[in-house]
Amino acid sequence: MTTTVEAMHGGHAGHDTPRGATPPVFHVTDDHAHEGASTALGFWIYLMSDCLIFAVLFATYGVLGTSYAAGPTPKELFDLKLVALNTSMLLFSSITYGFAMLAMEKGRTAQTQGWLAITLLFGLAFLGIELFEFAHMIHEGAGPWRSAFLSSFFTLVGTHGLHVTFGSVWLVTLMVQVARRGLIPANRRRLMCLSMFWHFLDVIWIGVFTFVYLMGALR
Amino acid sequence: MSTHAHSDHHADHGHGHGGHGHDDHGHPAGAHGTFGSYMIGFVLSVILTVIPFWLVMNGTLDNTTTTAVILALAVVQIIVHMVYFLHMNGRVEGGWSMLAMIFTVIVVVIMFAGSLWVMYHLNANMMPGHDMSKMP
Repeated sequence: MTTTVEAMHGGHAGHDTPRGATPPVFHVTDDHAHEGASTALGFWIYLMSDCLIFAVLFATYGVLGTSYAAGPTPKELFDLKLVALNTSMLLFSSITYGFAMLAMEKGRTAQTQGWLAITLLFGLAFLGIELFEFAHMIHEGAGPWRSAFLSSFFTLVGTHGLHVTFGSVWLVTLMVQVARRGLIPANRRRLMCLSMFWHFLDVIWIGVFTFVYLMGALR
Repeated sequence: MSTHAHSDHHADHGHGHGGHGHDDHGHPAGAHGTFGSYMIGFVLSVILTVIPFWLVMNGTLDNTTTTAVILALAVVQIIVHMVYFLHMNGRVEGGWSMLAMIFTVIVVVIMFAGSLWVMYHLNANMMPGHDMSKMP
Protein backbone atom coordinates (compact mmCIF):
# COMPACT_ATOMS: atom_id res chain seq x y z
CA MET A 1 0.00 0.00 0.00
CA THR A 2 2.76 2.38 0.95
CA THR A 3 4.53 1.61 -2.26
CA THR A 4 1.54 2.36 -4.38
CA VAL A 5 0.80 5.62 -2.69
CA GLU A 6 4.40 6.75 -2.85
CA ALA A 7 4.66 5.85 -6.47
CA MET A 8 1.45 7.64 -7.23
CA HIS A 9 2.78 10.81 -5.71
CA GLY A 10 5.77 10.42 -7.92
CA GLY A 11 9.46 10.95 -7.38
CA HIS A 12 9.60 9.13 -4.08
CA ALA A 13 9.23 5.64 -5.40
CA GLY A 14 12.03 3.52 -4.12
CA HIS A 15 12.85 5.93 -1.32
CA ASP A 16 10.61 4.25 1.20
CA THR A 17 10.22 0.95 -0.55
CA PRO A 18 10.86 -1.82 1.93
CA ARG A 19 13.49 -4.27 0.89
CA GLY A 20 12.11 -7.31 -0.85
CA ALA A 21 8.83 -5.64 -1.73
CA THR A 22 7.85 -5.78 -5.36
CA PRO A 23 8.31 -2.41 -6.97
CA PRO A 24 5.16 -0.97 -8.51
CA VAL A 25 4.62 -1.69 -12.15
CA PHE A 26 2.85 0.73 -14.41
CA HIS A 27 1.48 -0.11 -17.79
CA VAL A 28 0.84 2.34 -20.54
CA THR A 29 -2.56 1.46 -21.91
CA ASP A 30 -1.28 1.03 -25.44
CA ASP A 31 1.69 -1.00 -24.28
CA HIS A 32 0.16 -4.35 -25.06
CA ALA A 33 -2.35 -3.19 -27.60
CA HIS A 34 -3.43 -5.79 -30.05
CA GLU A 35 -0.90 -6.37 -32.78
CA GLY A 36 -1.80 -4.29 -35.82
CA ALA A 37 -4.20 -2.05 -33.94
CA SER A 38 -2.54 1.04 -35.40
CA THR A 39 -1.70 -0.44 -38.79
CA ALA A 40 -4.54 1.41 -40.49
CA LEU A 41 -3.27 4.78 -39.32
CA GLY A 42 0.33 3.94 -40.15
CA PHE A 43 -0.65 2.78 -43.61
CA TRP A 44 -2.74 5.87 -44.11
CA ILE A 45 0.27 8.04 -43.27
CA TYR A 46 2.31 6.04 -45.81
CA LEU A 47 -0.39 6.75 -48.41
CA MET A 48 -0.24 10.45 -47.58
CA SER A 49 3.53 10.42 -48.16
CA ASP A 50 2.90 8.62 -51.44
CA CYS A 51 0.45 11.39 -52.21
CA LEU A 52 3.31 13.87 -51.84
CA ILE A 53 5.38 11.91 -54.37
CA PHE A 54 2.54 12.17 -56.85
CA ALA A 55 2.04 15.85 -56.02
CA VAL A 56 5.68 16.50 -56.96
CA LEU A 57 5.23 14.61 -60.23
CA PHE A 58 1.99 16.47 -60.98
CA ALA A 59 3.72 19.79 -60.30
CA THR A 60 6.61 18.77 -62.57
CA TYR A 61 4.16 17.87 -65.30
CA GLY A 62 2.31 21.13 -64.72
CA VAL A 63 5.51 23.09 -65.23
CA LEU A 64 6.97 21.09 -68.13
CA GLY A 65 3.74 19.93 -69.74
CA THR A 66 3.79 22.65 -72.40
CA SER A 67 7.45 22.28 -73.40
CA TYR A 68 7.03 20.22 -76.55
CA ALA A 69 10.47 20.94 -78.06
CA ALA A 70 8.75 21.10 -81.46
CA GLY A 71 7.61 17.55 -80.86
CA PRO A 72 4.12 16.06 -80.70
CA THR A 73 1.50 17.77 -78.55
CA PRO A 74 -0.95 16.04 -76.21
CA LYS A 75 -3.77 16.65 -78.66
CA GLU A 76 -1.97 14.63 -81.33
CA LEU A 77 -0.90 11.87 -78.96
CA PHE A 78 -3.76 11.15 -76.59
CA ASP A 79 -6.56 8.85 -77.60
CA LEU A 80 -9.35 9.83 -75.22
CA LYS A 81 -11.44 6.75 -76.01
CA LEU A 82 -8.59 4.57 -74.83
CA VAL A 83 -8.20 6.69 -71.70
CA ALA A 84 -11.93 6.45 -71.02
CA LEU A 85 -11.69 2.66 -71.31
CA ASN A 86 -8.69 2.65 -69.00
CA THR A 87 -10.48 4.83 -66.48
CA SER A 88 -13.47 2.49 -66.45
CA MET A 89 -11.17 -0.51 -65.86
CA LEU A 90 -9.74 1.13 -62.76
CA LEU A 91 -13.15 2.26 -61.55
CA PHE A 92 -14.57 -1.26 -61.96
CA SER A 93 -11.59 -2.70 -60.10
CA SER A 94 -12.29 -0.28 -57.26
CA ILE A 95 -15.89 -1.39 -56.84
CA THR A 96 -15.02 -5.09 -57.14
CA TYR A 97 -12.39 -4.66 -54.45
CA GLY A 98 -15.12 -3.06 -52.35
CA PHE A 99 -17.25 -6.19 -52.89
CA ALA A 100 -14.28 -8.33 -51.86
CA MET A 101 -14.08 -6.39 -48.61
CA LEU A 102 -17.82 -6.85 -48.01
CA ALA A 103 -17.47 -10.59 -48.59
CA MET A 104 -14.47 -10.65 -46.27
CA GLU A 105 -16.48 -9.01 -43.50
CA LYS A 106 -19.08 -11.75 -43.82
CA GLY A 107 -16.29 -14.32 -43.61
CA ARG A 108 -17.00 -15.78 -47.04
CA THR A 109 -13.60 -16.94 -48.21
CA ALA A 110 -14.54 -18.21 -51.66
CA GLN A 111 -16.54 -15.10 -52.47
CA THR A 112 -13.69 -12.88 -51.31
CA GLN A 113 -11.25 -14.76 -53.50
CA GLY A 114 -13.60 -14.48 -56.46
CA TRP A 115 -13.93 -10.71 -56.16
CA LEU A 116 -10.19 -10.36 -55.62
CA ALA A 117 -9.58 -12.36 -58.82
CA ILE A 118 -11.97 -10.09 -60.76
CA THR A 119 -10.23 -7.05 -59.29
CA LEU A 120 -6.91 -8.46 -60.43
CA LEU A 121 -8.26 -8.97 -63.97
CA PHE A 122 -9.42 -5.35 -64.15
CA GLY A 123 -6.07 -4.20 -62.77
CA LEU A 124 -4.21 -6.24 -65.37
CA ALA A 125 -6.52 -4.93 -68.11
CA PHE A 126 -5.67 -1.41 -66.99
CA LEU A 127 -1.96 -2.16 -67.13
CA GLY A 128 -2.30 -3.84 -70.51
CA ILE A 129 -4.08 -0.85 -72.03
CA GLU A 130 -1.55 1.53 -70.52
CA LEU A 131 1.40 -0.48 -71.84
CA PHE A 132 -0.29 -0.61 -75.26
CA GLU A 133 -0.64 3.17 -75.17
CA PHE A 134 2.99 3.65 -74.13
CA ALA A 135 4.24 1.24 -76.78
CA HIS A 136 2.17 3.01 -79.40
CA MET A 137 3.59 6.40 -78.40
CA ILE A 138 7.15 5.16 -78.32
CA HIS A 139 6.66 3.51 -81.69
CA GLU A 140 5.61 6.88 -83.09
CA GLY A 141 8.82 8.39 -81.76
CA ALA A 142 7.09 10.07 -78.84
CA GLY A 143 9.12 8.41 -76.11
CA PRO A 144 10.19 10.04 -72.86
CA TRP A 145 13.36 11.35 -74.54
CA ARG A 146 11.46 13.42 -77.11
CA SER A 147 10.55 16.47 -75.03
CA ALA A 148 10.21 17.73 -71.47
CA PHE A 149 6.45 17.26 -71.82
CA LEU A 150 6.88 13.59 -72.66
CA SER A 151 9.53 13.04 -69.97
CA SER A 152 7.23 14.37 -67.28
CA PHE A 153 4.25 12.55 -68.79
CA PHE A 154 5.95 9.17 -68.74
CA THR A 155 7.32 9.76 -65.24
CA LEU A 156 3.92 10.68 -63.80
CA VAL A 157 1.77 8.11 -65.58
CA GLY A 158 4.52 5.48 -65.36
CA THR A 159 4.83 5.93 -61.60
CA HIS A 160 1.10 5.41 -61.26
CA GLY A 161 1.35 2.33 -63.48
CA LEU A 162 4.18 0.97 -61.33
CA HIS A 163 1.99 1.43 -58.28
CA VAL A 164 -0.79 -0.55 -59.95
CA THR A 165 1.76 -3.21 -60.90
CA PHE A 166 2.97 -3.58 -57.33
CA GLY A 167 -0.61 -3.48 -56.11
CA SER A 168 -1.38 -6.41 -58.43
CA VAL A 169 1.64 -8.35 -57.15
CA TRP A 170 0.44 -7.66 -53.62
CA LEU A 171 -3.06 -8.79 -54.60
CA VAL A 172 -1.77 -12.11 -55.90
CA THR A 173 0.30 -12.55 -52.75
CA LEU A 174 -2.76 -11.98 -50.58
CA MET A 175 -4.86 -14.37 -52.63
CA VAL A 176 -2.25 -17.06 -52.01
CA GLN A 177 -2.20 -16.14 -48.31
CA VAL A 178 -5.99 -16.34 -48.05
CA ALA A 179 -6.02 -19.62 -49.97
CA ARG A 180 -3.49 -21.16 -47.62
CA ARG A 181 -4.54 -19.73 -44.27
CA GLY A 182 -8.05 -18.42 -44.74
CA LEU A 183 -9.46 -15.13 -43.53
CA ILE A 184 -7.39 -14.98 -40.35
CA PRO A 185 -7.08 -11.60 -38.60
CA ALA A 186 -3.63 -10.99 -40.10
CA ASN A 187 -4.95 -11.57 -43.61
CA ARG A 188 -7.95 -9.35 -42.97
CA ARG A 189 -5.60 -6.59 -41.87
CA ARG A 190 -3.50 -7.04 -45.01
CA LEU A 191 -6.57 -7.00 -47.24
CA MET A 192 -7.70 -3.82 -45.52
CA CYS A 193 -4.34 -2.16 -46.24
CA LEU A 194 -4.42 -3.21 -49.88
CA SER A 195 -7.98 -1.90 -50.07
CA MET A 196 -6.76 1.52 -49.00
CA PHE A 197 -3.84 1.31 -51.43
CA TRP A 198 -6.05 0.26 -54.34
CA HIS A 199 -8.69 2.95 -53.79
CA PHE A 200 -5.92 5.50 -53.29
CA LEU A 201 -4.52 4.65 -56.74
CA ASP A 202 -7.95 5.26 -58.21
CA VAL A 203 -8.00 8.66 -56.52
CA ILE A 204 -4.61 9.49 -58.08
CA TRP A 205 -5.95 8.35 -61.46
CA ILE A 206 -8.75 10.94 -61.22
CA GLY A 207 -6.00 13.56 -61.11
CA VAL A 208 -4.18 11.93 -64.01
CA PHE A 209 -7.09 11.67 -66.41
CA THR A 210 -8.31 15.17 -65.58
CA PHE A 211 -5.06 17.07 -65.38
CA VAL A 212 -3.01 15.18 -67.96
CA TYR A 213 -5.35 13.66 -70.53
CA LEU A 214 -8.47 15.83 -70.58
CA MET A 215 -6.70 19.14 -70.05
CA GLY A 216 -4.00 18.02 -72.48
CA ALA A 217 -6.60 17.36 -75.13
CA LEU A 218 -8.03 20.84 -74.55
CA ARG A 219 -4.77 22.64 -75.22
CA MET B 1 -4.03 -3.03 -1.80
CA SER B 2 -1.21 -2.87 -4.23
CA THR B 3 -1.95 -6.34 -5.47
CA HIS B 4 -5.59 -5.50 -5.71
CA ALA B 5 -4.95 -2.40 -7.76
CA HIS B 6 -2.65 -4.42 -9.90
CA SER B 7 -5.07 -7.18 -10.70
CA ASP B 8 -7.75 -4.61 -11.28
CA HIS B 9 -5.54 -2.93 -13.79
CA HIS B 10 -4.90 -6.18 -15.56
CA ALA B 11 -8.53 -7.09 -15.64
CA ASP B 12 -9.28 -3.70 -17.06
CA HIS B 13 -6.55 -4.09 -19.58
CA GLY B 14 -7.78 -7.47 -20.63
CA HIS B 15 -11.25 -6.12 -21.11
CA GLY B 16 -10.10 -3.18 -23.16
CA HIS B 17 -7.97 -5.54 -25.13
CA GLY B 18 -10.88 -7.78 -25.97
CA GLY B 19 -13.04 -4.88 -26.99
CA HIS B 20 -10.32 -3.42 -29.12
CA GLY B 21 -9.51 -6.71 -30.70
CA HIS B 22 -13.07 -7.13 -31.79
CA ASP B 23 -13.19 -3.65 -33.19
CA ASP B 24 -9.96 -4.00 -35.04
CA HIS B 25 -10.58 -7.32 -36.69
CA GLY B 26 -13.79 -6.77 -38.51
CA HIS B 27 -14.05 -3.02 -38.62
CA PRO B 28 -10.74 -1.29 -38.57
CA ALA B 29 -10.79 2.45 -38.83
CA GLY B 30 -14.23 3.72 -39.60
CA ALA B 31 -15.67 0.35 -40.55
CA HIS B 32 -16.07 -0.75 -44.12
CA GLY B 33 -19.00 0.46 -46.07
CA THR B 34 -22.11 -1.43 -46.95
CA PHE B 35 -23.19 -2.67 -50.35
CA GLY B 36 -25.38 0.41 -50.62
CA SER B 37 -22.61 2.89 -49.82
CA TYR B 38 -20.23 1.24 -52.30
CA MET B 39 -22.89 1.38 -55.00
CA ILE B 40 -23.65 5.05 -54.28
CA GLY B 41 -19.94 5.80 -54.55
CA PHE B 42 -19.65 3.82 -57.76
CA VAL B 43 -22.65 5.43 -59.46
CA LEU B 44 -21.51 8.92 -58.45
CA SER B 45 -18.00 8.15 -59.74
CA VAL B 46 -19.34 6.94 -63.07
CA ILE B 47 -21.40 10.10 -63.48
CA LEU B 48 -18.49 12.30 -62.43
CA THR B 49 -16.21 10.51 -64.91
CA VAL B 50 -18.58 10.44 -67.86
CA ILE B 51 -19.43 14.17 -67.72
CA PRO B 52 -15.84 15.48 -68.08
CA PHE B 53 -15.00 12.97 -70.84
CA TRP B 54 -18.18 13.84 -72.67
CA LEU B 55 -17.51 17.59 -72.33
CA VAL B 56 -13.99 17.32 -73.68
CA MET B 57 -14.73 14.82 -76.47
CA ASN B 58 -17.70 16.79 -77.77
CA GLY B 59 -16.28 20.24 -77.17
CA THR B 60 -19.66 21.63 -76.19
CA LEU B 61 -18.28 24.48 -74.09
CA ASP B 62 -15.33 26.76 -74.69
CA ASN B 63 -11.97 25.62 -73.37
CA THR B 64 -11.80 27.85 -70.30
CA THR B 65 -15.23 26.83 -69.04
CA THR B 66 -14.56 23.17 -69.77
CA THR B 67 -11.27 23.31 -67.85
CA ALA B 68 -12.97 24.89 -64.85
CA VAL B 69 -15.82 22.36 -64.94
CA ILE B 70 -13.62 19.25 -65.26
CA LEU B 71 -11.31 20.44 -62.47
CA ALA B 72 -14.29 21.04 -60.21
CA LEU B 73 -15.75 17.60 -61.07
CA ALA B 74 -12.37 15.98 -60.35
CA VAL B 75 -12.31 17.53 -56.89
CA VAL B 76 -15.86 16.32 -56.25
CA GLN B 77 -14.98 12.83 -57.45
CA ILE B 78 -11.91 12.70 -55.22
CA ILE B 79 -14.13 13.58 -52.26
CA VAL B 80 -16.64 10.91 -53.31
CA HIS B 81 -13.86 8.31 -53.43
CA MET B 82 -12.53 9.42 -50.06
CA VAL B 83 -15.94 9.14 -48.42
CA TYR B 84 -17.45 6.06 -50.09
CA PHE B 85 -14.39 3.95 -50.92
CA LEU B 86 -11.79 4.99 -48.36
CA HIS B 87 -14.42 5.58 -45.65
CA MET B 88 -12.79 8.79 -44.58
CA ASN B 89 -14.44 10.86 -41.88
CA GLY B 90 -13.43 12.83 -38.82
CA ARG B 91 -13.84 9.85 -36.49
CA VAL B 92 -11.45 7.37 -38.13
CA GLU B 93 -8.54 6.61 -35.77
CA GLY B 94 -9.78 9.30 -33.42
CA GLY B 95 -9.44 11.96 -36.07
CA TRP B 96 -5.74 11.34 -36.80
CA SER B 97 -6.39 10.07 -40.32
CA MET B 98 -8.32 13.22 -41.13
CA LEU B 99 -5.59 15.37 -39.58
CA ALA B 100 -2.89 13.63 -41.62
CA MET B 101 -4.97 14.12 -44.75
CA ILE B 102 -5.63 17.80 -44.09
CA PHE B 103 -1.91 18.33 -43.50
CA THR B 104 -1.11 16.55 -46.76
CA VAL B 105 -3.69 18.56 -48.68
CA ILE B 106 -2.24 21.83 -47.34
CA VAL B 107 1.32 20.82 -48.26
CA VAL B 108 0.21 19.63 -51.70
CA VAL B 109 -1.74 22.79 -52.44
CA ILE B 110 1.11 25.07 -51.35
CA MET B 111 3.67 23.10 -53.34
CA PHE B 112 1.53 22.57 -56.41
CA ALA B 113 0.06 26.06 -56.69
CA GLY B 114 3.41 27.59 -55.70
CA SER B 115 5.35 25.65 -58.33
CA LEU B 116 2.94 26.51 -61.12
CA TRP B 117 2.74 30.14 -60.07
CA VAL B 118 6.49 30.69 -59.77
CA MET B 119 7.39 28.75 -62.88
CA TYR B 120 4.72 30.45 -64.95
CA HIS B 121 6.13 33.87 -64.10
CA LEU B 122 9.66 32.61 -64.62
CA ASN B 123 8.72 31.38 -68.08
CA ALA B 124 6.94 34.62 -68.91
CA ASN B 125 9.92 36.71 -67.83
CA MET B 126 12.53 34.55 -69.50
CA MET B 127 10.78 34.59 -72.88
CA PRO B 128 13.11 35.76 -75.60
CA GLY B 129 12.14 39.36 -76.20
CA HIS B 130 12.84 41.76 -79.02
CA ASP B 131 16.39 42.36 -77.92
CA MET B 132 17.15 38.68 -78.09
CA SER B 133 15.89 38.42 -81.64
CA LYS B 134 18.49 40.96 -82.79
CA MET B 135 21.28 38.83 -81.49
CA PRO B 136 23.21 36.78 -83.96
